[in-house]
Amino acid sequence: MEKELEGRNVNLPKLHGAHVPHRKNTAGCAPVRMPVPASVTIPMSMHIGAPAVPTVKVGETVKVGQLIAAPGGFVSSPVYASVSGKVKKIDDMLMSTGRFMKAVTIEADGEQQVLETLAPPDVTDLASFLNAVRDSGVVGLGGAGFPTAVKLSVKDLKQVEAVIINGAECEPYVTSDTRTMLDDADWIRQGIELLQKYMQVPRVIIGIENNKPQCVKTMSDMAAKLKNVEVKALPPLYPQGGEKVLIYNTTGRIVPEGKLPLDAGAIVINCTTLAAIAKYVATGMPLVEKVVTVDGSAVKEPRNVIAPIGASMQSLFDFCGGFREEPRKVLYGGPMMGIAVPNTEFPVMKNTNAILALGEKDAVLPEPTACIRCGRCVDACPLNLMPAAIEAAYNRRDVDKLRALHANLCMECGCCSFACPAKRMLVQTNKLAKGLIMADNAKKKAEAEEKAKKAREKAGKEAAVK
Amino acid sequence: MNELRVSVSPHLRGPRTTQNIMLDVLIALCPAFIASVILFGWRSILLTAVSAAACVACEYIWERLMKKPVTVGDLSAVVTGVLLAFNVPASMPVWELIVGDIVAIVCVKMLFGGIGCNFVNPALVGRVVMFFSFTGDMTNYQFPSVTAGRVDALSSATPLAAIRAGELNWDYFGRLLLGTHGGVLGETCAIALIAGGVYLCVRKVIKPIIPLAYLGSTLVFGWIFGSSQPVLAVFSGGLLLGAIFMATDYVTSPTTNLGKLVFGLGCGLLTAMMRTFASSAGAVTFSILLMNLVVPYINDLTAPKPFGGVEAK
Repeated sequence: MEKELEGRNVNLPKLHGAHVPHRKNTAGCAPVRMPVPASVTIPMSMHIGAPAVPTVKVGETVKVGQLIAAPGGFVSSPVYASVSGKVKKIDDMLMSTGRFMKAVTIEADGEQQVLETLAPPDVTDLASFLNAVRDSGVVGLGGAGFPTAVKLSVKDLKQVEAVIINGAECEPYVTSDTRTMLDDADWIRQGIELLQKYMQVPRVIIGIENNKPQCVKTMSDMAAKLKNVEVKALPPLYPQGGEKVLIYNTTGRIVPEGKLPLDAGAIVINCTTLAAIAKYVATGMPLVEKVVTVDGSAVKEPRNVIAPIGASMQSLFDFCGGFREEPRKVLYGGPMMGIAVPNTEFPVMKNTNAILALGEKDAVLPEPTACIRCGRCVDACPLNLMPAAIEAAYNRRDVDKLRALHANLCMECGCCSFACPAKRMLVQTNKLAKGLIMADNAKKKAEAEEKAKKAREKAGKEAAVK
Repeated sequence: MNELRVSVSPHLRGPRTTQNIMLDVLIALCPAFIASVILFGWRSILLTAVSAAACVACEYIWERLMKKPVTVGDLSAVVTGVLLAFNVPASMPVWELIVGDIVAIVCVKMLFGGIGCNFVNPALVGRVVMFFSFTGDMTNYQFPSVTAGRVDALSSATPLAAIRAGELNWDYFGRLLLGTHGGVLGETCAIALIAGGVYLCVRKVIKPIIPLAYLGSTLVFGWIFGSSQPVLAVFSGGLLLGAIFMATDYVTSPTTNLGKLVFGLGCGLLTAMMRTFASSAGAVTFSILLMNLVVPYINDLTAPKPFGGVEAK
C-alpha cells in the first residue's frame, strides 16, 4: 500500500470517462459581490444528514454571521444569517428534491451589519479544530454537501494517509473552484496548514484538471512553500473530480464497493471547502456567502457572483443582466450532474457552486430511441459498469441481475447518457435500479425478521408445552 | 418564465446519434460503391438503389401495419439494403434481390423487435437465403470490362477459386487492390473497402479490433491450414467487406474490447477453415453468422470488472 501511494502508477489501467465540452466561459471573471437582495430564504437542509433546527423566532432581528439554526444531530450543520435584517417567516418550502423543508426567510435591511461578537475560534488541538469546523457551518461545497466536520472526525488519525484537495472542477461551465484556487490560494494554504497541524496529515495532494494551467501554477507556487504538499495536473476527462476517480488517479488506490475513501487511506476535500474552513478559523466569519458561477446560453452576462446564501436564483440572474433569451431549463450546478428546478425562486445554498440558465437549444429533451448495443456507455463508464445491461435488467425488474451488475456502484456522473447515441435515459434508469435494490433489501430484511419472530414464538410455545 | 423543463441529469448530451452513425457507415460505403459503378457499370447503381429503397419500404410498411413508431429515419435500413446489394453479382435479377431485402428486414430485423434486437446480421441472412434460393444467379460472377479479352487466372474464376487451384500469385496483387476481377458488386475493390474502414475508425464509429483480428487470424490460420496464398486470400472474396462492415455490426458483435478480439479471432478461424476444407463461397457469411450466435456468451464471459466492485458473498 505504501508504495502505491508514491504516486499514480503509470501501469495502472486508465479509467474511462467522457470528453465533455469545457465551456469555462467565466474562468477569467473575478467574482463580483452582488447587491444585498431584498430578502433571503435559507433552507434548514443544505447538507446531507439531519436538518438544522431554527434558533430564531419570527420578528427577531439578526445580523450577518448570527446563528439562526443549530445542528439537528451529529451528521448535520449549523446555519447562519447571510444578511442583516428581520426574520420574516419560518415556513416549509419546496426543495429541488421535490420534498418540503423548513426555511428561514430574512428581510434584509441592506446594511449588512456584522454580528459584533464574531471572533476567531480558539483552536488549540484536534478536538477544538473539529469543533471549529463544525461551527463554521461548512459542508462539502463541491456539491455533495456532506458535513465536513463529520468527514474529518476520524477514529484513528493514522488511517489518513493522504488528504486529496479536489480542484478538478470537471463539470462544464463551473469555475467557482477555479476562482478559489486563483483568488484564495492563501486561504487554501492556511487550510492545509491546519490539517497538517491538527490532523498530522502526512501527505496532501492537490488534484487539478490540466485545462486550468493558471490554477496548476498558482497551486504549485503555494505548495512549494509547504512541506509534503504536491500538485497533480490531471487530464481533463470527466468525471475527474468524482471522489473515487480522483483518489484512483492521484494515489492509485481503489475505494471498495460500499466503503468510504478512508478505507483506502484517503480523505477528499474540495478546495473551496478547505478555504472556507481556514477563513472561519482566522476570522470567525462562518459560511454565509458563496462564489456562484452564473452561466448558460440564456444568461446575458455570465460571471462569477459572490452571493449571500439564501439569495434567489432570480436575483443572481438579474445581477448578470437578466436573460438574453427565454430560459427553458435552470440548474443547480453543472450540466452533467446538476439538478433542474421548476422556477428561479430557488435559493443559493451552501453547496451551490453554479446556477445555469439554458436556452431552448440547450434544453431540448432528446427522444430516446432503441438501444443499438454500440457499447459506448460501457466505454464511457468510469466505474466499468454496463449501463445498457443495467437498463435491460431494470426493465425486467431483475433485482439479482442488477446486484450482479453492481448497479449500486453507479455515481450517476452521466457519462453513459452523454455518450448514448440513442439518447436513452441511462442515469435515470440507474437511479430507479438503485431504488429497486433498496426496496428489495428492505423487503428481504423484513421477511427475515418476520421469520425470526415466528421461530421465536414457536420456540416459546414449545417451551411452554414442555 | 413558467415553462422550465425539469429532467434527470445529465443535461448535456453528446453529438452522436444513431442516425449520424448510420450516415457515417453509408459514407464509408461510398468508395466501394463508386468502385462498383466503375467496375460493373450502371446496374450497380440500379441494384444498390433498389435494395436500399426496398429495405426502407419493408421497414416502413411493417411498422405502419404493426402500428409502431416509424424508425426508417435512423438510416439503418438503408445500410442493410446497400450491404445486401454489395453481396450480389451485377447480373442479379432485381426481384431476387428484393426477396433478400424482405428476408433481411422483415424476418431477421422486424420480427425480432427492430433495430438493436436482431441476433444475427440481417444482411447476411438475406444473402444466405438468396444464395440457396437463387444459387445460379448469386454465383454468376460478372467480370469488369477491363478484364475482357484477357486470358489469365482472374479472367474466368474469382480470386478465391484461383487460390484454391493454386493459380494465383503476387502478380495479381495490384488487381486485387483495384478490384479488376470477378466477384459481387461491393467486395472486389480492396482499396475502397479499406478506405471505408479507415474512415469508420477515424470517426470512431467502429474500433479496429474486430477487422484486424478477423483479417489477421484468417491470414494466420490460412497459412497454418496450408493455403497456397494466405496473404492474397485476405484481399479476396468477401472478407474485407465482411470484416469491416458486417462483423462490426454493433448489435451482433460483442461489447468489450476483449470480446471483440475473441469474436474477430473466431470469425477468422472459421473463415480459414471453411475456405480450406469446405467451399470458399459463403465462408465469410457463415463464419460471421455462426459467431453472431455466440455473442451473448462472449459478452457474458468478457464482462468488464466493475471498478472497486466486491463480489456478493
